[in-house]
Amino acid sequence: MEKIYSNYQERTEFKKVCPKTINFLLSFSKALYDVKYKDLEFETYLN
Amino acid sequence: MELQIEDSELVRDYISGDEKALEILIHRHNQRITSFIYSKVLDRDVTEDIFQDTFIKVIKTLKKGNYSEEGKFLPWVMRIAHNLIIDHFRKNKRMPMFEGNEDFNIFSVIGDDKLNAEKQLIKDQIDTDLRELIEELPDDQKEVLIMRIYKDMSFKEISENTGVSINTALGRMRYALINLRKIIEKHNIVLTH
Repeated sequence: MEKIYSNYQERTEFKKVCPKTINFLLSFSKALYDVKYKDLEFETYLN
Repeated sequence: MELQIEDSELVRDYISGDEKALEILIHRHNQRITSFIYSKVLDRDVTEDIFQDTFIKVIKTLKKGNYSEEGKFLPWVMRIAHNLIIDHFRKNKRMPMFEGNEDFNIFSVIGDDKLNAEKQLIKDQIDTDLRELIEELPDDQKEVLIMRIYKDMSFKEISENTGVSINTALGRMRYALINLRKIIEKHNIVLTH
């Protein structure tokens, strides 16, 4: 039976996420507000 | 020389409302975190998703004031990413995805776990070759590995059978695996199904 071993294993690299993802996170961060009322805590998103 | 602001300081600034601090943190650690996630999931889209979910958790935790690991920002983020990677694989195991097409075959979904003839042959070959590799190990390590993997004995039983402490048995198992990996790397062997 043919040997299934190989010396080379293909490996691609992916080093950084795209700017779109980062922009989304920055917008998300700006929009997110944590509102506290008495003992309650709410997450709100402002446009 | 450019002075780099510490992560802990940026985290403090961000908690105080400086959104720019978050941008610096994301850009600073983008490569480390992306490479880490990609090395595990090997899919660009999934990497983007997990990266995004990781920072959503980071942002929520920081904004709620629940972060208490100042000075260890990156390890904390990596831990969140690591947990999300585990969640991703668990979810995939529960709900495997199938490519839809007109010739949809129900047996592609509910097929049994038995290997077909070719896969069985490959598995047998790997098992045989692995046994040969194990023979290369020092006797004490080989003994523990065989008892644990092939005889399915607990470390307590191994310890009783070999007359060494449980910790020694654990140590021998650990070195057996390390040495096995070294042998595999040295000979550029890829064991795969």
